[in-house]
Amino acid sequence: MTILNLVFIVFLGILFFIAYFHISNYILDIYGNKTLKRYNFENSIRVIVFITPAFVVLFIFILYPVFETIRLSFYDKFGREFVGLYNYKWAINDPEFRRSILNNLVWLLVVPTLSTFFGLVIANLADRIWWGSIAKSIIFMPMAISFVGAGVIWKFIYEYRGPENTQIGLLNAIIVSLGYEPQAWLTIPMWNNFFLMAIMIWIQTGLALVIFSAALRSIPKEMLEAARIDGASELKIFFSIIIPYLEQTILVIWTLITIIVLRIFDIIFAMTNGEWQTGVLANLMYDWMFRGGGDSGRGSVLAIVIMIGVIPILAWNLYKHRQEQKI
Amino acid sequence: MKKFSISSLLSQLLLLFFVIIWIIPTFGLFISSLRDKDLLAISGWWTSLTTTEVNEIYRMSGMESQIEEDGYFKIKGKLFEDNSGKKIESFGITSKKINEFNIGDIATFKDESEVLLDEDGNYEWRSRTEFKKKKGKRLFTTSLSPPAFTFENYREVLFKEGIGRAFINTMAVALPSTLIPLIICSFFAYSLTWMKFYGRDTLLAIIIASLVVPLQMSLIPILTIYNDFGALFGVAAKSYPGVWMAHTGFGLASTTFLLRNFLKSLPNEMMEAAKVDGASHYDIFLRIIIPLSIPAFASIFILQFLWCWNDLLVGLVFLDQVPSEIILTAKLKELLGSRGENWEILTTGAFVSMTVPLFIFFALQRYFIRGLVAGSVKG
Repeated sequence: MTILNLVFIVFLGILFFIAYFHISNYILDIYGNKTLKRYNFENSIRVIVFITPAFVVLFIFILYPVFETIRLSFYDKFGREFVGLYNYKWAINDPEFRRSILNNLVWLLVVPTLSTFFGLVIANLADRIWWGSIAKSIIFMPMAISFVGAGVIWKFIYEYRGPENTQIGLLNAIIVSLGYEPQAWLTIPMWNNFFLMAIMIWIQTGLALVIFSAALRSIPKEMLEAARIDGASELKIFFSIIIPYLEQTILVIWTLITIIVLRIFDIIFAMTNGEWQTGVLANLMYDWMFRGGGDSGRGSVLAIVIMIGVIPILAWNLYKHRQEQKI
Repeated sequence: MKKFSISSLLSQLLLLFFVIIWIIPTFGLFISSLRDKDLLAISGWWTSLTTTEVNEIYRMSGMESQIEEDGYFKIKGKLFEDNSGKKIESFGITSKKINEFNIGDIATFKDESEVLLDEDGNYEWRSRTEFKKKKGKRLFTTSLSPPAFTFENYREVLFKEGIGRAFINTMAVALPSTLIPLIICSFFAYSLTWMKFYGRDTLLAIIIASLVVPLQMSLIPILTIYNDFGALFGVAAKSYPGVWMAHTGFGLASTTFLLRNFLKSLPNEMMEAAKVDGASHYDIFLRIIIPLSIPAFASIFILQFLWCWNDLLVGLVFLDQVPSEIILTAKLKELLGSRGENWEILTTGAFVSMTVPLFIFFALQRYFIRGLVAGSVKG
């Protein structure tokens, strides 16, 4: 496909949706709106015109797939024959699956915790320093770049050369200058997971930081002043006032990063491709979507396991929504 | 207002520490992308401002270029082009002793031919007897290279490695994948907020539930639909429109949710007044809602655009990995595999892929942050 064709279909694609809304509403405007009775009728048609595209997309891309994935998890690799719990039994006994689940759990434990913690600490520091907003910008910047881009950046840091060569990876250069042997960081089982997690923390701390910065402004100034006048140290203020005050925000950020980490795929795919025991569920699933011609049954089971991780969050969101509606 | 104190100094130092840790990885990448590729391969980017000691192997010309002069057979030539400012310090004629001779020394080979070398790489290889070999002998040089920065890597990556085309492809994926959901979700959010119809609350609950559904749940069924669709109509299963719709689907819930939260905050009286004046919902939407929503649109546009630009999984599954369709992130991943040792290509490619996000980040940071905060405080 030439570039010109590409530009053409891009315009066509966007124009199609604008035209849909404009033309259908134009027709409604011509034929409707004469009497009050018609007004109501016209409105109900207009509702249909307004919500149909979004609803169709929602149905095809989210609602139907959720049920289809659940169905496929009970079928064979081609999705034709019912096999009961076979795929689930396979998963439980598969060493790769166990490894992935374990890695996912470690990721879920470490990344949201440290990102939230660093975000909170940095937001606090930056709030009180005149060059704080520049600092915030810099720490927030990794949020804008892709996981793969971040992967390249960090792979360069972790780059390993044999001991006889000059190290061009920063980490090994530091290690060597301290008199140790250079290490191939990404191939050391168990530890390599933490080197991958560092990348995610590097990215997500920025997210936590900006949300905390916004939330910090909601803390009443008088309360902090009063504490300072009473002679409380900054550390004491941090633990006794700021953390309790931001409890809700901490929870929100935690769940937000948890959701992102649960479906983490790109970093591991780019850095190790799940080798050296770094695989997580999303990578294993991608693998099974194509391995041996693709196995939709096993892939679906893995998707469902990821989904199970978000169900508590989903339920909590719906509960909160219900509460809000009542008010 | 604030007094100078130890605690303030400590917090400044601590913050500085965080900032340095956070900036160094990206900074190193940026510097490396601008360095000469030969230097990049043998020295860390933090040494890029100092001269670097380089060990190299060159081969002199063979018998064709020999001339007879002063009773010698001579081969004259240059080891490297002199535009780099490289200065040879010492050289050797065997791999075991690469620093055996200094500039000005005469090195004698086993066959009693002699070689003279100057610091710019000009050599004179002479022998009493005629040269008989097609290939010349090897010289091992140790030279000092001054700092060298170049845009050569960018030229190579953009035009030879296919990153330039991947950049255009990514744009062709990300723009419609951002605008289409924005268009259809703004109408959707409008009807969820300002129109009364049966099932509205259920629909809203579905949207909120969909917010957290991982996109992995959709991959296999959608891929099957696309394959069936392609087979049925005889078209390619993987195509740009397919990716747009996939991104639209995965971004629909959050886009609708954010827009609805914004629309809910607009005053009801305005809509009522417009209705009394006989304006239809479409009029209200065009004349009132859109102008008021520009800041909200900007925030959502940025969030969705960055998400699509930075995405790997959707582009990997729903596009063919061929030059006319591959996106930047997939291309980078491919280069990580095939050119894993060529850091000049990887760093430059990564930086090219980051240009658009970084531009958006620095130019529109306010909207970006506003969108993130709005999306998170509720979700």
